[in-house]
Amino acid sequence: MHNNLLYIILPYTAFTIAVVFTIHRYRKDAFTYSSLSSQFLESKELFYGSVAWHFGVIGALAGHVIGFLLPSGVRWFNGVPVRLYILETTGLLFGLLALIGIISLVVRRATSSRVRAVTSKMDVVVVTLLLIQVSLGVYIAVFYRWGSSWYVTSAVPYLRSLWALQPDLKMIEPLPLVIKLHIVNFYLLLIVFPFSRLVHMLVIPLQYLWRPYQIVIWNWNRRRAQAHAPQPARQPAGVTSPADEAAAETQPVSVYTR
Amino acid sequence: MVFHLDKCIGCHTCSIACKNVWTDRKGAEYMWWNNVETKPGTGYPTAWEDQNKYHGGWEQNNGQPDLKMGRRELRVLNIFHNPHLPKLDDYYEPWTYKYEDLFDSPEGADQPTARPISMITGKYVDIEAGPNWDDDLGGSPVYAANDPNLDKLTEEERAQVFEIDKLVFFYLPRICNHCVNPACVAACPSGAIYKRGEDGIVLINQEKCRGWRMCVTACPYKKSYYNWSTGKSEKCILCFPRLETGQAPACFHSCVGRIRYLGGLLYDADRLLDALRVPDDKLVEAQREMILDPRDPQVREGALGNGIDARALEACERSPVYRYVKEWKMALPLHPEFRTLPMLFYVPPLLPVMAKSEDGLYDSSNAELFSPIEKARLPMKYMASLFAGGNQDLVRYALKKQYAVRLFKRLDTVGDMDAAAVKRALEQLNMTEEEAEQIFRLTALPLFDERFVIPPSHREQALQMLNDDMWAEKGGAGFGFREAPVRGA
Ligand code: SF4
Ligand code: SF4
Repeated sequence: MHNNLLYIILPYTAFTIAVVFTIHRYRKDAFTYSSLSSQFLESKELFYGSVAWHFGVIGALAGHVIGFLLPSGVRWFNGVPVRLYILETTGLLFGLLALIGIISLVVRRATSSRVRAVTSKMDVVVVTLLLIQVSLGVYIAVFYRWGSSWYVTSAVPYLRSLWALQPDLKMIEPLPLVIKLHIVNFYLLLIVFPFSRLVHMLVIPLQYLWRPYQIVIWNWNRRRAQAHAPQPARQPAGVTSPADEAAAETQPVSVYTR
Repeated sequence: MVFHLDKCIGCHTCSIACKNVWTDRKGAEYMWWNNVETKPGTGYPTAWEDQNKYHGGWEQNNGQPDLKMGRRELRVLNIFHNPHLPKLDDYYEPWTYKYEDLFDSPEGADQPTARPISMITGKYVDIEAGPNWDDDLGGSPVYAANDPNLDKLTEEERAQVFEIDKLVFFYLPRICNHCVNPACVAACPSGAIYKRGEDGIVLINQEKCRGWRMCVTACPYKKSYYNWSTGKSEKCILCFPRLETGQAPACFHSCVGRIRYLGGLLYDADRLLDALRVPDDKLVEAQREMILDPRDPQVREGALGNGIDARALEACERSPVYRYVKEWKMALPLHPEFRTLPMLFYVPPLLPVMAKSEDGLYDSSNAELFSPIEKARLPMKYMASLFAGGNQDLVRYALKKQYAVRLFKRLDTVGDMDAAAVKRALEQLNMTEEEAEQIFRLTALPLFDERFVIPPSHREQALQMLNDDMWAEKGGAGFGFREAPVRGA
């Protein structure tokens, strides 16, 4: 019974809460979507903590996601022992990086009075859950070897069965307690996700890589004004043509400024 | 915008007006969207002009302008830790006093005092810096002596600046320059910062800002600030709610010295890239080239065709900024070499040596008309480093013009000048008597609406653009947050 509760009801509830409230928060309160960086108040220790944590956790998370999406690919990759060793070591390194990172972030938050001033109760909850999650992950990686292989043959089928709305607990029931804890704690993280600073991971600014540097926004209805304005017989030298601008509304154009 | 530095009395009224309206809030205590610095001095945040330290502004990479903070990809990679972010201590730790202690302390042998406490941690602090720590050359051996602009001077010239009987300083009020090529916009990974087309105001969309802090580094003037409480960056908004209702921004309106001018400038944004390709000492002229004459029929036609409102054009014709910057060439941008094409221009201050004392005698005779300018107490090199990318001729011209106007008016009102010499002075600068008179009027006796010629904002067009039922907005609040600007969990 409690298996059903923890591995079927909990994940569906957590997932629903995460999705519904994240969207709700974005629509009602986009202002609160922020990295909430405290680098301005304390920068030196943040460097080691934040860089290690973020790269570590992104690597570890990416591993889990790849396993979920391409289980057969991972199995095929691990078919050659050398490749398996490499994958295992990489995963462990990412985990350790994340663990070192989060520990130093916790120490920093506890010791810097300025950073404490911007620490909320939810931050404490989140950091506790993350610390548990990462510690369990590293413990599992060390003591239950070849995780990259058994993850795709036990946990992934279970997760995929959830996704297919046909929950099947066969594969995870025999798993050791630590691994089960790791799974349940993940659901807890999903639940707090929309109510915590974790939402900042949804607004990673990748679009910056291809957008033009400058952004100009008009409040005037320039198309309407152009339609009404006396049409110039020819374009005066050096002034952007209206047609060009209609095409590129966000490009810098001839404007006046104060 | 033009700030006439010869008129600034360093009263900080502007800063206080701004603080009371916009930054008197948690997380913004340390921000001074308008601040007034003493020059020579290191300013606020300390040594902000030193881009080897702060990595702000643009630089040329094989003729291609790019941000000094590094390549585009770095802005995304560095969101976890921005290596060049100024820290709180580069500004100062905001504080207040524990005033309750004055009333609540138990009776004792000593007078109770109100000790300073941090507005961040609430703990007692030793005040080590403030927003205006080196005001009026306070602590000049530490602060003024470290002014980055002095680096360009020889030992001798440096010594001269600090010679006790020649000691000299002036005030430099600073706000966001609402640049044509804003580094803050270019650096924002979220695309939250934008320039408004109609009036060029640079704004941060608070709902889109995610606190990645890149603008703080990118702005070479350090006029974008990180609110440590809300986790969003903020900057001067040029009081746009006031401007849209035809009022001057608070700092302009309250300026005691009446040094501030505001008006429209038309410019040709297509010349931007060309203007950015020239060497430092040509930048001021390149920027002037971009500015168009609102009376030129071709320009008018083009502007109307581009959707610029006719009444806005009319306001541009009366713009005091156009006169100072383009017609009279008296106003210069601050640090053009940062290449953001700042739209705030400064008339440099006249600091002439009017007389010298020798053997206890005070001699105020000047053989050469312009010798007070040539012998100015702050070396021309220093001024050129501030306002002209090192081009001393431009500063000299602006100062001589101011001086010639004085000679002209002295002849006019006191009459104890050699008329031929004054005429020669005007001719040397290619200026007519009418122009001298106009400069005098706009400098010394301008009325309120001559200083501030605010083009209409036409917010009704913005409403129309929404394609909504116009009447739905009737009676609605004009502006502001639809959600409280409070920190998320
Ligand atoms: S001065 Fe203003 S517009 Fe220019 S880069 Fe700085 S914040 Fe941006
Ligand atoms: S209010 Fe005007 S005169 Fe006073 S410090 Fe500010 S700019 Fe200068």
